[in-house]
Amino acid sequence: MNGRCVFAAACVSWLILWLQPVRSALESDMAVHMAMQMPILIALGVLLSIAARCHEPRWLAAADWLGIPGIVAVVLGTSIWMLPRALDQAISDSRIDLVKFVTLPLLVGIPLGLSWRRMPPLGRAFIWANFIPKLGAIGGLYLGAPTRLCAYYRLDQQVLAGGTLIAVAIALGMTWFAAAFVGWTPSCAKQPPSRSASVKGTQPGLQGRSAA
Amino acid sequence: MTRGFPVLLALVLSAGTAGLAFETDGFRVVTSVGARQLSVERAPQPLPEDARLVDQEGTPFTLDAYKGRPVLVDFIYTRCPTICGLRGDDFADVLRLITAGGSDASIDLLSISFDPADDREALQLYGERFGAKAPHWRIAAPADARTRTVLLQSFGIVAMPDGMGGFVHNDAVYVVDAHGRLARILDPDGPAQLAAAVLEVAAP
Repeated sequence: MNGRCVFAAACVSWLILWLQPVRSALESDMAVHMAMQMPILIALGVLLSIAARCHEPRWLAAADWLGIPGIVAVVLGTSIWMLPRALDQAISDSRIDLVKFVTLPLLVGIPLGLSWRRMPPLGRAFIWANFIPKLGAIGGLYLGAPTRLCAYYRLDQQVLAGGTLIAVAIALGMTWFAAAFVGWTPSCAKQPPSRSASVKGTQPGLQGRSAA
Repeated sequence: MTRGFPVLLALVLSAGTAGLAFETDGFRVVTSVGARQLSVERAPQPLPEDARLVDQEGTPFTLDAYKGRPVLVDFIYTRCPTICGLRGDDFADVLRLITAGGSDASIDLLSISFDPADDREALQLYGERFGAKAPHWRIAAPADARTRTVLLQSFGIVAMPDGMGGFVHNDAVYVVDAHGRLARILDPDGPAQLAAAVLEVAAP
């Protein structure tokens, strides 16, 4: 699929997600809002970054050393949108929701897509090892909180959201356990190991990094 | 590494931290209710003083009827099986505490129903349940739908259907000062705390 098709697909998906009925359906439940709508918005940004990869300005690629600034943007951006207050504001004020719809793909998704390739394997492992327990901890917070944290969600929705985040954390943790110890590596994290001859295709980003 | 790296990293860090600080009011709150409590405490907020309500005796009144004395306000619906009942008991105790304490501060209580289904009879029954007597403790409903929206918005009340015929709603207690401004939003913790808060606001 060429870059233009990816770009068009991402834009159309974005518009569909922004449609009022789709938006309110996905935001009416806390678990869906946090564990589905937001990750999709980030994924759209990652798609865009794939489409724009060849057009990335040289200075940006150079300044994003080892993908550090990019991944910091991802961590801070996702932290902000995980706050209960941010969820409330996104529901009650469509201008704030528009900010969410713009920042999650552009300031989280695109940096993730661009910077991930530049990160060394240990850096990626560090991010995963931070992200998975953080997700579980936030899930535990929502699951165990005796009061409602969001004005727009019921307590049972909050408990469900907490349980969902914990389930996602466990699933990711198990995947990474398997990847780290059983030897299977997800395609997005393929490294050029010594047995690279048997691995299909190499990633352009990796070549760029080793040349840098 | 290029010279662009520290610049980009500093840019990302400062923008991200600023965003996080903005969203948490300087790392003090994480919920929208908490943010509102903080902003009201810093600067009391004006309320729609001409908002028209009708109490349990069918008497119409506006919020500026309370000018000159602080009021404890809570939001209820009369069919509420849980929180509202506890709050009603607390309110009755607040009146008793303040009278028994020999304080000459004159305060009023106001329970506002956000349920369009609450008619005068429902308000009256609810009032009788807790010994509420107008005008010192009014059980009131907004005069019309527009006033209800305005009132809920200015106090910051979100009432959602709970899927079982009732509502899920903020259970805070609101202190309106003698100038008719929203001065405190309290997480209710018994009648003593409510009485202390309203007396604090009443003190010149």
